Amino acid sequence: MRAIAPDLFIETPQGPRLLGGRRRESGEVVFPLPQGGERRFYEPMELSPHGLLWSWTVQRFRPKAPPYAGDEDERGFQPYAVGYVELPGEVIVEARLAFGAVEPRLGLAMRLEIVPFNHGADGVLQSCYIFRAEGA
Amino acid sequence: MSEVFIAGAGIHPFGRHELSGLDQGVFAARAALADAGVEWRDVQCAFGGSFAAGDADAALPRLGLTGVQFINVANGCATGGSALLSAYWAIKSGEFDLALVLGFDKHPRGSFNPAPADMGLPDWYGELGMMLTTQFFASKIQRYMALHGISRRTLGLVAEKAFANAVHAPHAWRRAPVALDDILNAQMVNDPLTKFMFCSPSEGGAALILASPARARQLGRDQIRLRGAAMRTRVKGSFEVFSPSLDIERGPSPAELAAKAAFEMAGLGPKDMQVLQLQDTESGAEIMHMAENGFCAHGEQEALIQAGATRIGGPMPVNTDGGCLACGEPIGASGLRQVYENVIQLRGQGGGRQVPGNPASGYTQVYGAPGVAAVTIIGR
Repeated sequence: MRAIAPDLFIETPQGPRLLGGRRRESGEVVFPLPQGGERRFYEPMELSPHGLLWSWTVQRFRPKAPPYAGDEDERGFQPYAVGYVELPGEVIVEARLAFGAVEPRLGLAMRLEIVPFNHGADGVLQSCYIFRAEGA
Repeated sequence: MSEVFIAGAGIHPFGRHELSGLDQGVFAARAALADAGVEWRDVQCAFGGSFAAGDADAALPRLGLTGVQFINVANGCATGGSALLSAYWAIKSGEFDLALVLGFDKHPRGSFNPAPADMGLPDWYGELGMMLTTQFFASKIQRYMALHGISRRTLGLVAEKAFANAVHAPHAWRRAPVALDDILNAQMVNDPLTKFMFCSPSEGGAALILASPARARQLGRDQIRLRGAAMRTRVKGSFEVFSPSLDIERGPSPAELAAKAAFEMAGLGPKDMQVLQLQDTESGAEIMHMAENGFCAHGEQEALIQAGATRIGGPMPVNTDGGCLACGEPIGASGLRQVYENVIQLRGQGGGRQVPGNPASGYTQVYGAPGVAAVTIIGR
Protein backbone atom coordinates (compact mmCIF):
# COMPACT_ATOMS: atom_id res chain seq x y z
CA MET A 1 0.00 0.00 0.00
CA ARG A 2 1.28 3.46 -0.88
CA ALA A 3 0.08 6.93 0.05
CA ILE A 4 -2.36 8.55 -2.41
CA ALA A 5 0.13 11.43 -2.74
CA PRO A 6 3.75 11.97 -1.68
CA ASP A 7 4.51 14.37 1.19
CA LEU A 8 0.93 14.13 2.49
CA PHE A 9 1.70 12.04 5.60
CA ILE A 10 4.62 10.01 6.94
CA GLU A 11 5.11 7.05 9.25
CA THR A 12 7.20 7.68 12.38
CA PRO A 13 8.14 5.29 15.22
CA GLN A 14 5.33 6.97 17.19
CA GLY A 15 2.77 6.41 14.42
CA PRO A 16 1.56 8.35 11.35
CA ARG A 17 1.83 12.12 11.09
CA LEU A 18 0.33 14.57 8.61
CA LEU A 19 2.97 16.66 6.91
CA GLY A 20 2.26 20.38 7.14
CA GLY A 21 4.40 23.41 6.51
CA ARG A 22 5.56 26.22 8.76
CA ARG A 23 6.11 29.42 6.84
CA ARG A 24 9.70 30.45 7.53
CA GLU A 25 8.92 34.16 7.57
CA SER A 26 5.77 34.26 9.74
CA GLY A 27 5.57 30.93 11.54
CA GLU A 28 2.10 30.35 10.05
CA VAL A 29 1.20 26.65 9.85
CA VAL A 30 -0.56 25.25 6.78
CA PHE A 31 -1.64 21.84 5.52
CA PRO A 32 -0.69 20.26 3.19
CA LEU A 33 2.98 21.17 2.80
CA PRO A 34 2.96 23.49 -0.23
CA GLN A 35 4.61 22.08 -3.35
CA GLY A 36 6.10 23.69 -6.44
CA GLY A 37 7.14 27.31 -6.39
CA GLU A 38 5.81 27.91 -2.87
CA ARG A 39 7.65 24.97 -1.32
CA ARG A 40 10.82 26.93 -0.51
CA PHE A 41 8.96 29.32 1.79
CA TYR A 42 7.97 26.49 4.15
CA GLU A 43 9.74 24.26 6.67
CA PRO A 44 8.19 20.75 6.66
CA MET A 45 6.38 20.11 9.94
CA GLU A 46 4.96 16.91 11.44
CA LEU A 47 1.49 17.82 12.69
CA SER A 48 -0.06 16.50 15.90
CA PRO A 49 -2.02 13.23 15.43
CA HIS A 50 -4.51 14.38 18.10
CA GLY A 51 -7.17 17.03 17.55
CA LEU A 52 -10.63 18.31 18.39
CA LEU A 53 -13.64 18.17 16.07
CA TRP A 54 -14.19 21.68 14.62
CA SER A 55 -17.04 20.91 12.24
CA TRP A 56 -18.43 18.05 10.22
CA THR A 57 -20.96 16.84 7.68
CA VAL A 58 -21.75 13.60 5.90
CA GLN A 59 -21.23 13.21 2.16
CA ARG A 60 -24.35 11.31 1.11
CA PHE A 61 -24.01 11.28 -2.69
CA ARG A 62 -21.07 10.00 -4.70
CA PRO A 63 -19.00 13.02 -5.78
CA LYS A 64 -18.54 13.48 -9.52
CA ALA A 65 -15.53 11.76 -11.04
CA PRO A 66 -13.19 13.35 -11.86
CA PRO A 67 -11.95 14.59 -9.55
CA TYR A 68 -13.34 11.93 -7.14
CA ALA A 69 -11.37 8.68 -7.39
CA GLY A 70 -13.07 6.20 -5.06
CA ASP A 71 -13.06 2.59 -6.38
CA GLU A 72 -16.77 2.05 -5.82
CA ASP A 73 -19.50 2.77 -8.36
CA GLU A 74 -22.72 4.68 -7.72
CA ARG A 75 -24.41 1.58 -6.29
CA GLY A 76 -21.53 0.61 -4.03
CA PHE A 77 -21.11 4.12 -2.66
CA GLN A 78 -21.17 4.44 1.12
CA PRO A 79 -21.71 7.88 2.71
CA TYR A 80 -18.67 9.17 4.57
CA ALA A 81 -18.21 11.82 7.22
CA VAL A 82 -15.94 14.72 6.38
CA GLY A 83 -15.06 17.94 8.17
CA TYR A 84 -12.44 19.84 10.11
CA VAL A 85 -10.24 18.91 13.08
CA GLU A 86 -8.40 21.52 15.13
CA LEU A 87 -4.85 20.53 16.00
CA PRO A 88 -4.38 22.80 19.04
CA GLY A 89 -1.64 25.39 18.61
CA GLU A 90 -1.06 24.35 14.98
CA VAL A 91 -3.82 24.53 12.37
CA ILE A 92 -7.33 23.26 11.53
CA VAL A 93 -7.19 20.48 8.91
CA GLU A 94 -9.87 19.07 6.63
CA ALA A 95 -10.22 15.29 6.67
CA ARG A 96 -12.46 12.34 6.18
CA LEU A 97 -13.83 11.40 9.60
CA ALA A 98 -14.97 8.23 11.35
CA PHE A 99 -17.32 8.35 14.33
CA GLY A 100 -18.49 4.75 14.73
CA ALA A 101 -21.17 4.84 17.41
CA VAL A 102 -19.89 8.13 18.88
CA GLU A 103 -22.22 11.12 18.47
CA PRO A 104 -20.36 13.97 16.68
CA ARG A 105 -20.14 17.28 18.58
CA LEU A 106 -17.78 20.25 18.52
CA GLY A 107 -14.65 19.56 20.57
CA LEU A 108 -14.84 15.76 20.29
CA ALA A 109 -11.36 14.18 20.63
CA MET A 110 -10.11 12.77 17.31
CA ARG A 111 -6.93 10.92 16.30
CA LEU A 112 -5.15 10.43 13.00
CA GLU A 113 -5.24 7.09 11.23
CA ILE A 114 -4.03 5.86 7.84
CA VAL A 115 -6.53 3.63 6.00
CA PRO A 116 -6.84 2.03 2.55
CA PHE A 117 -8.70 4.26 0.10
CA ASN A 118 -8.60 3.12 -3.54
CA HIS A 119 -6.52 1.52 -6.28
CA GLY A 120 -4.31 3.72 -8.45
CA ALA A 121 -4.31 3.62 -12.26
CA ASP A 122 -1.60 0.90 -12.00
CA GLY A 123 -3.74 -1.26 -9.71
CA VAL A 124 -1.73 -0.55 -6.55
CA LEU A 125 -3.71 -0.12 -3.33
CA GLN A 126 -3.49 3.47 -2.05
CA SER A 127 -3.99 4.84 1.45
CA CYS A 128 -5.38 8.10 2.78
CA TYR A 129 -5.55 9.84 6.16
CA ILE A 130 -8.65 10.08 8.32
CA PHE A 131 -9.43 11.26 11.83
CA ARG A 132 -11.31 8.79 14.02
CA ALA A 133 -13.21 9.72 17.17
CA GLU A 134 -11.42 8.50 20.32
CA GLY A 135 -13.17 5.37 21.52
CA ALA A 136 -14.88 4.74 18.16
CA MET B 1 -17.59 61.30 -9.33
CA SER B 2 -20.91 60.77 -11.03
CA GLU B 3 -23.99 59.22 -9.48
CA VAL B 4 -25.04 55.95 -11.11
CA PHE B 5 -28.61 55.04 -12.04
CA ILE B 6 -30.15 51.71 -12.96
CA ALA B 7 -32.09 52.70 -16.06
CA GLY B 8 -33.20 49.24 -17.12
CA ALA B 9 -33.38 45.63 -15.97
CA GLY B 10 -34.20 42.43 -17.83
CA ILE B 11 -34.24 38.73 -17.10
CA HIS B 12 -34.65 35.39 -18.82
CA PRO B 13 -36.51 33.01 -16.49
CA PHE B 14 -34.23 30.73 -14.48
CA GLY B 15 -34.61 26.95 -14.63
CA ARG B 16 -33.98 24.35 -17.33
CA HIS B 17 -34.45 25.39 -20.95
CA GLU B 18 -33.84 24.27 -24.54
CA LEU B 19 -32.25 27.63 -25.29
CA SER B 20 -28.46 27.99 -25.06
CA GLY B 21 -27.04 29.99 -22.17
CA LEU B 22 -25.94 32.67 -24.61
CA ASP B 23 -29.42 33.02 -26.07
CA GLN B 24 -30.86 33.37 -22.58
CA GLY B 25 -28.35 36.15 -21.98
CA VAL B 26 -29.28 37.89 -25.23
CA PHE B 27 -32.96 37.63 -24.28
CA ALA B 28 -32.20 39.34 -20.95
CA ALA B 29 -30.08 42.04 -22.64
CA ARG B 30 -32.88 42.88 -25.09
CA ALA B 31 -35.35 43.01 -22.22
CA ALA B 32 -33.10 45.41 -20.28
CA LEU B 33 -32.61 47.65 -23.32
CA ALA B 34 -36.36 47.80 -23.92
CA ASP B 35 -36.96 48.47 -20.23
CA ALA B 36 -34.55 51.43 -20.36
CA GLY B 37 -36.01 52.68 -23.63
CA VAL B 38 -32.67 52.59 -25.43
CA GLU B 39 -31.28 50.91 -28.51
CA TRP B 40 -28.25 48.61 -28.47
CA ARG B 41 -26.33 51.11 -30.61
CA ASP B 42 -26.70 53.67 -27.79
CA VAL B 43 -24.69 51.51 -25.38
CA GLN B 44 -21.13 52.83 -24.98
CA CYS B 45 -19.58 50.03 -22.96
CA ALA B 46 -20.60 46.56 -21.87
CA PHE B 47 -19.35 44.07 -19.30
CA GLY B 48 -20.55 40.50 -19.29
CA GLY B 49 -19.72 36.98 -18.30
CA SER B 50 -20.76 33.40 -17.80
CA PHE B 51 -19.04 30.67 -15.82
CA ALA B 52 -19.88 27.70 -18.02
CA ALA B 53 -21.78 28.96 -21.07
CA GLY B 54 -19.07 30.66 -23.10
CA ASP B 55 -17.84 34.19 -23.67
CA ALA B 56 -20.39 36.92 -23.14
CA ASP B 57 -19.17 38.90 -26.16
CA ALA B 58 -20.53 36.10 -28.34
CA ALA B 59 -23.73 38.10 -27.86
CA LEU B 60 -22.37 40.80 -30.19
CA PRO B 61 -23.43 39.28 -33.55
CA ARG B 62 -26.91 38.79 -32.06
CA LEU B 63 -27.24 42.23 -30.47
CA GLY B 64 -25.47 44.03 -33.32
CA LEU B 65 -21.87 44.66 -34.35
CA THR B 66 -21.75 48.28 -33.26
CA GLY B 67 -18.08 48.35 -32.32
CA VAL B 68 -19.01 48.79 -28.66
CA GLN B 69 -16.28 48.32 -26.02
CA PHE B 70 -17.28 44.91 -24.64
CA ILE B 71 -15.26 43.31 -21.85
CA ASN B 72 -15.66 39.66 -20.90
CA VAL B 73 -15.61 39.13 -17.16
CA ALA B 74 -14.58 35.81 -15.60
CA ASN B 75 -14.51 35.88 -11.83
CA GLY B 76 -15.91 32.62 -10.49
CA CYS B 77 -19.11 32.97 -8.51
CA ALA B 78 -18.67 36.77 -8.53
CA THR B 79 -18.77 36.97 -12.34
CA GLY B 80 -22.11 38.81 -12.52
CA GLY B 81 -21.27 40.99 -9.54
CA SER B 82 -17.90 41.86 -11.05
CA ALA B 83 -19.47 42.79 -14.39
CA LEU B 84 -21.85 45.08 -12.51
CA LEU B 85 -19.02 46.58 -10.49
CA SER B 86 -17.04 47.26 -13.69
CA ALA B 87 -19.96 49.10 -15.27
CA TYR B 88 -20.59 50.97 -12.02
CA TRP B 89 -16.98 52.20 -12.00
CA ALA B 90 -17.22 53.14 -15.70
CA ILE B 91 -20.30 55.35 -15.18
CA LYS B 92 -19.12 56.68 -11.82
CA SER B 93 -15.84 57.82 -13.37
CA GLY B 94 -17.76 60.12 -15.70
CA GLU B 95 -16.21 58.49 -18.76
CA PHE B 96 -19.44 56.86 -19.97
CA ASP B 97 -23.17 57.64 -19.93
CA LEU B 98 -24.69 54.28 -20.77
CA ALA B 99 -23.45 50.77 -19.98
CA LEU B 100 -24.82 47.25 -20.29
CA VAL B 101 -24.20 44.56 -17.67
CA LEU B 102 -24.88 41.00 -18.80
CA GLY B 103 -24.68 37.64 -17.05
CA PHE B 104 -25.94 34.23 -18.10
CA ASP B 105 -25.20 30.58 -17.54
CA LYS B 106 -26.19 26.99 -18.21
CA HIS B 107 -24.79 24.27 -15.95
CA PRO B 108 -25.02 20.48 -16.16
CA ARG B 109 -27.17 18.79 -13.51
CA GLY B 110 -25.71 17.87 -10.16
CA SER B 111 -23.00 19.39 -8.02
CA PHE B 112 -20.13 21.43 -9.45
CA ASN B 113 -16.92 19.42 -10.00
CA PRO B 114 -14.05 21.84 -10.44
CA ALA B 115 -10.55 20.53 -11.17
CA PRO B 116 -8.31 20.94 -8.09
CA ALA B 117 -5.41 22.30 -10.18
CA ASP B 118 -7.62 25.11 -11.51
CA MET B 119 -7.86 26.37 -7.96
CA GLY B 120 -4.23 25.82 -7.04
CA LEU B 121 -5.01 22.69 -5.02
CA PRO B 122 -3.39 19.22 -5.08
CA ASP B 123 -5.13 16.39 -6.97
CA TRP B 124 -5.57 14.20 -3.87
CA TYR B 125 -7.95 16.79 -2.42
CA GLY B 126 -10.45 16.10 -5.18
CA GLU B 127 -9.67 12.37 -5.39
CA LEU B 128 -10.57 11.86 -1.72
CA GLY B 129 -13.99 13.48 -2.21
CA MET B 130 -13.36 16.60 -0.15
CA MET B 131 -13.65 19.21 -2.89
CA LEU B 132 -17.40 19.82 -2.88
CA THR B 133 -19.11 23.14 -2.29
CA THR B 134 -22.01 21.33 -0.60
CA GLN B 135 -19.66 19.96 2.07
CA PHE B 136 -18.33 23.41 2.83
CA PHE B 137 -21.78 24.91 3.26
CA ALA B 138 -22.92 22.01 5.42
CA SER B 139 -19.81 22.18 7.61
CA LYS B 140 -20.14 25.93 8.02
CA ILE B 141 -23.78 25.83 9.15
CA GLN B 142 -23.20 22.74 11.32
CA ARG B 143 -20.63 24.63 13.39
CA TYR B 144 -22.71 27.80 13.31
CA MET B 145 -25.81 26.00 14.61
CA ALA B 146 -23.83 24.57 17.52
CA LEU B 147 -22.23 27.91 18.41
CA HIS B 148 -25.26 30.16 17.94
CA GLY B 149 -28.27 28.03 18.77
CA ILE B 150 -29.87 27.70 15.34
CA SER B 151 -32.36 24.82 15.05
CA ARG B 152 -33.01 22.48 12.15
CA ARG B 153 -36.58 23.77 12.03
CA THR B 154 -35.21 27.23 11.24
CA LEU B 155 -33.21 25.77 8.35
CA GLY B 156 -36.46 24.32 7.09
CA LEU B 157 -38.36 27.58 7.47
CA VAL B 158 -35.86 29.37 5.22
CA ALA B 159 -36.52 26.89 2.42
CA GLU B 160 -40.26 26.90 3.04
CA LYS B 161 -40.30 30.71 2.66
CA ALA B 162 -38.22 30.55 -0.53
CA PHE B 163 -40.71 28.30 -2.34
CA ALA B 164 -43.68 30.27 -0.96
CA ASN B 165 -42.22 33.53 -2.33
CA ALA B 166 -41.32 31.99 -5.69
CA VAL B 167 -44.97 31.15 -6.36
CA HIS B 168 -45.33 34.85 -7.21
CA ALA B 169 -42.05 35.30 -9.14
CA PRO B 170 -42.45 34.60 -12.87
CA HIS B 171 -38.68 34.28 -13.33
CA ALA B 172 -38.25 31.66 -10.58
CA TRP B 173 -37.68 27.97 -11.34
CA ARG B 174 -39.30 26.03 -8.50
CA ARG B 175 -42.64 27.77 -8.05
CA ALA B 176 -44.65 25.23 -6.07
CA PRO B 177 -44.88 25.58 -2.29
CA VAL B 178 -43.25 22.80 -0.25
CA ALA B 179 -44.50 21.99 3.25
CA LEU B 180 -42.07 22.42 6.15
CA ASP B 181 -42.32 18.76 7.17
CA ASP B 182 -41.54 17.66 3.60
CA ILE B 183 -38.45 19.87 3.62
CA LEU B 184 -37.25 18.58 7.00
CA ASN B 185 -37.93 14.93 6.19
CA ALA B 186 -36.53 14.96 2.64
CA GLN B 187 -33.45 13.06 1.57
CA MET B 188 -30.34 14.25 3.41
CA VAL B 189 -27.64 15.56 1.03
CA ASN B 190 -24.94 16.85 3.37
CA ASP B 191 -25.98 16.80 7.02
CA PRO B 192 -27.80 18.83 8.34
CA LEU B 193 -29.09 19.93 4.91
CA THR B 194 -31.77 18.08 2.98
CA LYS B 195 -32.29 18.33 -0.78
CA PHE B 196 -34.85 21.15 -0.46
CA MET B 197 -32.36 23.19 1.56
CA PHE B 198 -29.81 23.29 -1.26
CA CYS B 199 -30.04 25.32 -4.45
CA SER B 200 -29.17 23.56 -7.70
CA PRO B 201 -27.03 24.75 -10.58
CA SER B 202 -29.52 25.97 -13.22
CA GLU B 203 -29.81 28.24 -16.26
CA GLY B 204 -30.82 31.80 -16.90
CA GLY B 205 -29.78 35.28 -17.89
CA ALA B 206 -30.02 38.74 -16.37
CA ALA B 207 -29.01 42.19 -17.60
CA LEU B 208 -28.97 45.76 -16.34
CA ILE B 209 -28.55 49.13 -18.02
CA LEU B 210 -26.57 51.66 -15.98
CA ALA B 211 -26.71 55.35 -16.80
CA SER B 212 -25.22 58.67 -15.76
CA PRO B 213 -27.57 61.18 -14.09
CA ALA B 214 -27.94 63.24 -17.28
CA ARG B 215 -28.69 60.20 -19.45
CA ALA B 216 -31.04 58.72 -16.86
CA ARG B 217 -33.00 61.98 -16.63
CA GLN B 218 -33.15 62.24 -20.41
CA LEU B 219 -34.60 58.73 -20.56
CA GLY B 220 -37.00 59.40 -17.71
CA ARG B 221 -35.30 56.53 -15.84
CA ASP B 222 -33.80 58.48 -12.93
CA GLN B 223 -35.77 56.77 -10.16
CA ILE B 224 -33.32 54.13 -8.95
CA ARG B 225 -29.76 54.92 -7.91
CA LEU B 226 -27.00 52.39 -7.46
CA ARG B 227 -25.73 53.91 -4.23
CA GLY B 228 -22.99 51.45 -3.44
CA ALA B 229 -21.31 48.41 -4.95
CA ALA B 230 -18.36 46.56 -3.50
CA MET B 231 -16.66 43.20 -3.85
CA ARG B 232 -14.18 41.56 -1.51
CA THR B 233 -12.08 38.40 -1.67
CA ARG B 234 -11.21 36.22 1.32
CA VAL B 235 -8.82 37.33 4.04
CA LYS B 236 -6.82 35.28 6.51
CA GLY B 237 -8.94 33.46 9.04
CA SER B 238 -12.08 33.32 6.91
CA PHE B 239 -13.80 29.90 6.57
CA GLU B 240 -13.96 29.37 2.82
CA VAL B 241 -14.92 26.71 0.34
CA PHE B 242 -12.08 24.42 -0.85
CA SER B 243 -9.81 24.92 2.18
CA PRO B 244 -7.66 21.88 3.09
CA SER B 245 -6.64 23.82 6.20
CA LEU B 246 -7.81 26.85 8.17
CA ASP B 247 -6.11 29.21 10.60
CA ILE B 248 -7.04 28.66 14.24
CA GLU B 249 -7.34 32.42 14.68
CA ARG B 250 -10.59 33.33 12.95
CA GLY B 251 -11.15 36.44 10.82
CA PRO B 252 -13.98 38.26 9.01
CA SER B 253 -15.75 36.80 5.97
CA PRO B 254 -15.62 38.49 2.56
CA ALA B 255 -19.35 39.24 2.93
CA GLU B 256 -18.71 41.17 6.16
CA LEU B 257 -16.01 43.22 4.42
CA ALA B 258 -18.01 43.89 1.25
CA ALA B 259 -21.07 44.88 3.32
CA LYS B 260 -19.09 47.36 5.37
CA ALA B 261 -17.57 48.90 2.24
CA ALA B 262 -20.92 49.20 0.43
CA PHE B 263 -22.67 50.75 3.45
CA GLU B 264 -19.89 53.33 3.72
CA MET B 265 -20.18 54.19 0.02
CA ALA B 266 -23.94 54.59 0.31
CA GLY B 267 -23.81 56.49 3.59
CA LEU B 268 -26.49 54.11 4.84
CA GLY B 269 -26.71 51.30 7.37
CA PRO B 270 -28.44 47.93 7.69
CA LYS B 271 -31.49 49.50 9.36
CA ASP B 272 -32.11 51.61 6.24
CA MET B 273 -32.50 48.54 3.98
CA GLN B 274 -36.11 47.53 3.28
CA VAL B 275 -35.71 44.54 0.99
CA LEU B 276 -32.81 42.09 1.13
CA GLN B 277 -31.51 39.54 -1.36
CA LEU B 278 -28.89 37.44 0.45
CA GLN B 279 -26.91 34.56 -1.03
CA ASP B 280 -28.80 31.40 -0.13
CA THR B 281 -26.79 28.65 -1.75
CA GLU B 282 -28.44 26.64 0.99
CA SER B 283 -30.74 27.50 3.90
CA GLY B 284 -27.88 27.98 6.32
CA ALA B 285 -26.13 30.49 4.07
CA GLU B 286 -29.13 32.82 4.22
CA ILE B 287 -29.15 32.58 8.01
CA MET B 288 -25.42 33.22 8.38
CA HIS B 289 -25.44 36.00 5.80
CA MET B 290 -28.15 37.87 7.73
CA ALA B 291 -25.58 38.39 10.48
CA GLU B 292 -22.49 38.71 8.28
CA ASN B 293 -24.14 41.56 6.39
CA GLY B 294 -25.07 43.33 9.62
CA PHE B 295 -28.83 42.79 9.72
CA CYS B 296 -28.78 41.05 13.12
CA ALA B 297 -26.38 39.67 15.69
CA HIS B 298 -25.15 36.08 15.43
CA GLY B 299 -27.83 33.84 16.93
CA GLU B 300 -30.70 36.33 16.66
CA GLN B 301 -31.79 34.65 13.42
CA GLU B 302 -33.44 31.82 15.36
CA ALA B 303 -36.05 34.09 16.96
CA LEU B 304 -36.35 36.39 13.94
CA ILE B 305 -37.05 33.60 11.45
CA GLN B 306 -39.39 31.73 13.81
CA ALA B 307 -41.34 35.01 14.15
CA GLY B 308 -41.55 35.48 10.37
CA ALA B 309 -39.32 38.58 10.27
CA THR B 310 -37.78 37.60 6.93
CA ARG B 311 -41.09 36.92 5.20
CA ILE B 312 -42.51 39.41 2.73
CA GLY B 313 -44.75 41.04 5.31
CA GLY B 314 -42.01 41.10 7.95
CA PRO B 315 -39.64 43.89 8.99
CA MET B 316 -36.65 42.49 7.00
CA PRO B 317 -37.93 40.60 3.95
CA VAL B 318 -35.21 38.32 2.54
CA ASN B 319 -35.11 36.73 -0.92
CA THR B 320 -38.49 37.91 -2.11
CA ASP B 321 -38.29 35.95 -5.38
CA GLY B 322 -37.28 32.72 -3.66
CA GLY B 323 -33.56 33.36 -3.98
CA CYS B 324 -31.16 30.71 -5.21
CA LEU B 325 -33.20 28.02 -3.43
CA ALA B 326 -36.14 28.58 -5.79
CA CYS B 327 -34.37 30.09 -8.81
CA GLY B 328 -31.34 27.81 -8.89
CA GLU B 329 -27.89 29.19 -9.48
CA PRO B 330 -26.71 30.03 -12.99
CA ILE B 331 -23.46 31.47 -11.70
CA GLY B 332 -23.00 34.31 -14.19
CA ALA B 333 -26.58 35.55 -13.80
CA SER B 334 -27.28 34.89 -10.15
CA GLY B 335 -25.96 38.12 -8.60
CA LEU B 336 -27.68 40.19 -11.30
CA ARG B 337 -30.99 38.43 -10.61
CA GLN B 338 -30.78 39.73 -7.05
CA VAL B 339 -30.43 43.31 -8.32
CA TYR B 340 -33.20 42.78 -10.88
CA GLU B 341 -35.52 41.64 -8.10
CA ASN B 342 -34.73 44.71 -6.00
CA VAL B 343 -35.41 46.99 -8.98
CA ILE B 344 -38.82 45.31 -9.39
CA GLN B 345 -39.51 45.75 -5.66
CA LEU B 346 -38.50 49.42 -5.61
CA ARG B 347 -40.72 50.08 -8.60
CA GLY B 348 -43.63 48.41 -6.83
CA GLN B 349 -43.98 45.81 -9.59
CA GLY B 350 -43.64 42.72 -7.38
CA GLY B 351 -47.29 41.66 -7.66
CA GLY B 352 -48.00 38.85 -5.21
CA ARG B 353 -44.49 39.08 -3.79
CA GLN B 354 -44.41 42.89 -3.47
CA VAL B 355 -42.96 44.10 -0.18
CA PRO B 356 -45.60 46.38 1.35
CA GLY B 357 -44.90 49.98 2.34
CA ASN B 358 -43.35 51.20 -0.90
CA PRO B 359 -39.74 50.13 -0.17
CA ALA B 360 -37.16 52.78 -1.07
CA SER B 361 -33.93 50.81 -0.61
CA GLY B 362 -32.68 47.36 -1.51
CA TYR B 363 -29.62 45.30 -0.63
CA THR B 364 -28.03 42.37 -2.47
CA GLN B 365 -25.18 40.08 -1.51
CA VAL B 366 -23.72 37.25 -3.56
CA TYR B 367 -21.12 34.77 -2.28
CA GLY B 368 -19.19 31.97 -3.86
CA ALA B 369 -16.01 30.10 -4.63
CA PRO B 370 -13.18 30.56 -3.96
CA GLY B 371 -14.19 33.07 -1.27
CA VAL B 372 -15.68 36.16 -2.88
CA ALA B 373 -18.65 38.31 -1.97
CA ALA B 374 -20.23 41.23 -3.83
CA VAL B 375 -22.78 43.66 -2.39
CA THR B 376 -25.02 46.30 -3.96
CA ILE B 377 -27.22 48.94 -2.38
CA ILE B 378 -29.89 50.60 -4.49
CA GLY B 379 -32.30 53.32 -3.51
CA ARG B 380 -34.92 55.63 -4.81
